[in-house]
Amino acid sequence: MGNSLNAWSEALVGFTPMGLPLGLVILAAIPLVFIALYSLTYGVYGERKISAFMQDRLGPMEVGKWGILQTIADILKLLQKEDIVPTSADKFLFVIGPGVLFVGSFLAYAVLPFSSSFIGASLNVGLFFAIGIVAIEVVGILAAGWGSNNKWSLYGAVRSVAQIVSYEIPAAIALLCGAMMAGTLDMQKITMLQSGSYGFAHFFLFQSPIAWLPFLIYFIASLAEVNRAPFDIPEAESELVAGYFTEYSGMKFAVIFLAEYGSMFMVSAIISIVFLGGWNSPLPDIGSFALNAWTNGPVWGVFWIIMKGFFFIFVQMWLRWTLPRLRVDQLMYLCWKVLTPFAFVSFVLTAIWVIYVP
Amino acid sequence: MNSLTYTVIFYLFAAITVFSAAFVVFSRNVIYSAFSLLFTFFGVAALYVFLSADFIAVTQVVVYVGGILVLLLFGVMFTKGIMDTEVKSDVLHIIPGTLILAGIIGALLYTFYTTHTWKPSETQLHGSLVERIGFETVSHYVLPFEMVSILLLAALIGAAFLARFDKPDNKNS
Repeated sequence: MGNSLNAWSEALVGFTPMGLPLGLVILAAIPLVFIALYSLTYGVYGERKISAFMQDRLGPMEVGKWGILQTIADILKLLQKEDIVPTSADKFLFVIGPGVLFVGSFLAYAVLPFSSSFIGASLNVGLFFAIGIVAIEVVGILAAGWGSNNKWSLYGAVRSVAQIVSYEIPAAIALLCGAMMAGTLDMQKITMLQSGSYGFAHFFLFQSPIAWLPFLIYFIASLAEVNRAPFDIPEAESELVAGYFTEYSGMKFAVIFLAEYGSMFMVSAIISIVFLGGWNSPLPDIGSFALNAWTNGPVWGVFWIIMKGFFFIFVQMWLRWTLPRLRVDQLMYLCWKVLTPFAFVSFVLTAIWVIYVP
Repeated sequence: MNSLTYTVIFYLFAAITVFSAAFVVFSRNVIYSAFSLLFTFFGVAALYVFLSADFIAVTQVVVYVGGILVLLLFGVMFTKGIMDTEVKSDVLHIIPGTLILAGIIGALLYTFYTTHTWKPSETQLHGSLVERIGFETVSHYVLPFEMVSILLLAALIGAAFLARFDKPDNKNS
């Protein structure tokens, strides 16, 4: 297992004991385990602690030191809960809704390069796949909202879907700016084009004077795509109880939350890969002090991409307690009359920059 | 990946496509038909991947699942009493239907069995397909591409015009 490109994942694909493609299953299971572990620790516990500190509270403190084991206790509680399906609900859609939702948020992990040696599938349409596959999540939300047979759920689902479908447009155009600077849609190649001995100076965000605009547009649009504040009108507690998952309880509720945390990391990883160099170390070489060379490599790559993803998740949590929720009409105004025109402007400017300047 | 795994995965996706498509047709419930279309579209996208047309596969998911299916579901969900109406047709022509079905299947099978060999493409695919599609779209096929864009723009303007909310006081003046 060398340091060459995709060495780990290709070794896994070749792992077929007794002719069974066990390696493929393990390859798919690694992101699944990652999502579960990270939502358990950083997702649930971190979000509760961060929101507590922002409101000058202590947060969970009872279970374990500083409440570290609180999430484990919560999971044990959720596992014991009765699996309730409302009598008037559409049983089939109610049950498959969370599953389809989770599959939708999990599928994009196939094309996220976690390190120079590990990527689920090094597709040459990777970025396009990652934006497009969110469509499955939309169908899951609709199934959950309709299947619950509840006004709040249906309204939450419709709002959520309208929001995701609209914000896909500025998000896709903003990512296209990054793809234009790279000249490829392959996530692994996009990341490799941003490596160099000056560290962060090679990242696309600092390579062009316009790149901050698509970066900001994608960040705002990605908040809307994962239904985080200030775009959390699909689950607005003060209006819709809890939106499309009002009727869910027990493990189905946990699966919906797992899907939300999964897509939170997915959009954070995509923004890090396209604009902030993915698994490349941001530290520059200073003379003979080769800081960049020391902090690069397959294992360091895993560290950097996860840290960059976690940073953006922290910003998402931070914004949740900073900004008030938008109204539905304000949400659509922001998407169609502010973000989309600016995305087009940044698209044209990036095209001019890519063709004429360097 | 060895060929057995490849074959198994292919037949898995083929089965998903065929069974979900059959469910779309035979289901009495419009909502179930619409949700079953998800699996059909997804299975077809997977079959495109087996034809090494990965760009078309992803486009299939984006356009059909993200666009058309969502539109369909919205339409179905906002229609009043859609769960109460049973989808069935009053006129049932069994004999002409069977004849047309048998004719089409017969013609297709006849073509399959008289054309002895599958015709492989003369130009083999090399490297990334996405770049080829990009170059061809803006060089060779730029006129059809622009015409389609103008058609879509006209459709968008028309849709926005039809959906525009007329203020009541505008009508009086």
